[in-house]
Amino acid sequence: MRSFDYRRAADRTEALSIAGEGRARYLGGGTNLVDLMRQNIEAPAALVDVSRLPDSIEETPTGGLIIGAAVSNSVVAVHPAVRTQYPMLSRALLAGASAQIRNMATIGGNILQRTRCAYFYDVAGSRCNKREPGAGCDAIDGHNRYHAIFGASERCIATHPSDMCVALAALDATVHLLGPGGEREVRLLDFHRLPGEHPEIETVLRPGELITAIELDPSAAAANSRYRKVRDRSSYAFALVSVAAGLEVVGGRIEDVRIALGGVAAKPWRAVRAEGLLRGQAPTRARFLEAADAELAAAKSFHGNAFKVELAKRTVAAVLGELTGADA
Amino acid sequence: MAIVINGTNYPLPDDPRVSLLDFLRERLGLTGTKLGCNQGGCGACTVILDGTRVLSCLTLAVQADGRDVLTIEGLASDQSGLHPLQQAFIDHDGLQCGYCTPGQICSAVAMIGELRRGDPSYVTADLVEGPKGGLRQEIRERMSGNLCRCGAHNGIVAAIEQMLNGEAP
Ligand SMILES: Cc1cc2nc3c(=O)[nH]c(=O)nc-3n(C[C@H](O)[C@H](O)[C@H](O)COP(=O)(O)OP(=O)(O)OC[C@H]3O[C@@H](n4cnc5c(N)ncnc54)[C@H](O)[C@@H]3O)c2cc1C
Ligand code: SF4
Ligand code: FES
Ligand code: FES
Repeated sequence: MRSFDYRRAADRTEALSIAGEGRARYLGGGTNLVDLMRQNIEAPAALVDVSRLPDSIEETPTGGLIIGAAVSNSVVAVHPAVRTQYPMLSRALLAGASAQIRNMATIGGNILQRTRCAYFYDVAGSRCNKREPGAGCDAIDGHNRYHAIFGASERCIATHPSDMCVALAALDATVHLLGPGGEREVRLLDFHRLPGEHPEIETVLRPGELITAIELDPSAAAANSRYRKVRDRSSYAFALVSVAAGLEVVGGRIEDVRIALGGVAAKPWRAVRAEGLLRGQAPTRARFLEAADAELAAAKSFHGNAFKVELAKRTVAAVLGELTGADA
Repeated sequence: MAIVINGTNYPLPDDPRVSLLDFLRERLGLTGTKLGCNQGGCGACTVILDGTRVLSCLTLAVQADGRDVLTIEGLASDQSGLHPLQQAFIDHDGLQCGYCTPGQICSAVAMIGELRRGDPSYVTADLVEGPKGGLRQEIRERMSGNLCRCGAHNGIVAAIEQMLNGEAP
């Protein structure tokens, strides 16, 4: 690990002024950044510890929630309002990593965690455009079981590994930012970028910008929601495919539906097409499968991950089935 | 900058690169906490920080400034020499080589607190009600961050179950 300066910020303003627009990086729980620094994939000159900023979970005037970026993944997962009003978020958090890691990890750090592509980690032996722009991508012809089926490019086919962000995408959460130029808000759906020509640029975050909070709007679909994660072992593994879904049925018709997929793209994938087909329809298993089919029609798989297409379809239908009580 | 470890105050290292794990093992000689993967994947390095279980390999020692760390060395009460959960591990053969054991025990001690508080896990059927029944499944899910290469998991689960049921001596 290269040497670096360490400073702890007492509040947001201090965090911003220490970080400046230079080469300092914010440090949350460190569960991703410390690992990447140890592997010499990241080498910031300075760390500004923002894990002890006085953040909390508050109700908004419109009955939603605003969750400070420094709050730990565990605290959010077990918060009573999250469990009752946004169960898919609670479950997505509980599906991620291990209890120890969830205790350390912050909400800001979870959003900004980087891909687990094995070639990205293999500094000594592999080519990776994300790590070294222009070097090539060894995953395209390599081991790509965990890689993307949506939105990949010829430069990079990696996925974003966060479970939490899949639920946040389905909930259409807002990310609050504070930077040298002031405050701004970005929809979580617009926060992560697809790789295109530049897989090394992963988000729309600007230099020196701090994530300060995420905001959730209440809805009946958010309150009736679930998260299911399919993986190679039943716990403590990254998703092959995951689904966050929420459903509101009024008078036998689907009034509101939110579906997002994880493990399939460089960002959480909102299933807009499936949602459009389901709105106004009766909630039946046949409809769910049809909508999932239509969504997955646009998928493009690689030699190691073709199974994800069918797996994603069935998982979408199964989760929607659970939400309606229809057996799936 | 200082840190409290098992009730004793220590100055923190000057070099921020030193992990809490290396600080415990290499600088303080507290070698009960184990180094496994050094990348968050095994749980052998689990310690209890201000009451919550964390991985000391991914914690920079400076991040723990002003905090209270409990390691396997600090767990046993003075009189008996063993924490009841340590005894339960012995009773149920919850170990073979023993390398993962300090991490398992620190993790389980904090986990028991989470369970008793009613925190749900991914396998909890009703998030609002919290964990009710399915105790073995709950234990397995909640302990999944601690791997055991010897495969002593059945004994580990049985030991924790004994502790939870208050059957531990
Ligand atoms: C073994 C292992 C298994 C895992 N399994 C899963 C899993 O199954 N599912 C899953 O979702 N995740 C998993 N994770 C990843 C884990 O969720 C992330 O490492 C964690 O959420 C990152 O949060 P952190 O606070 O530790 O971030 P850090 O490591 O501190 O930071 C990560 C990034 O965020 C930046 N950052 C942090 N806070 C802010 C802020 N407020 N503003 C701006 N930038 C900020 C940092 O500069 C850094 O770039 C796993 C991790 C490990 C080690
Ligand atoms: S998929 Fe992306 S992260 Fe993985 S090797 Fe290719 S460029 Fe790197
Ligand atoms: S040594 Fe820390 S998790 Fe493996
Ligand atoms: S007892 Fe050997 S690793 Fe668990």
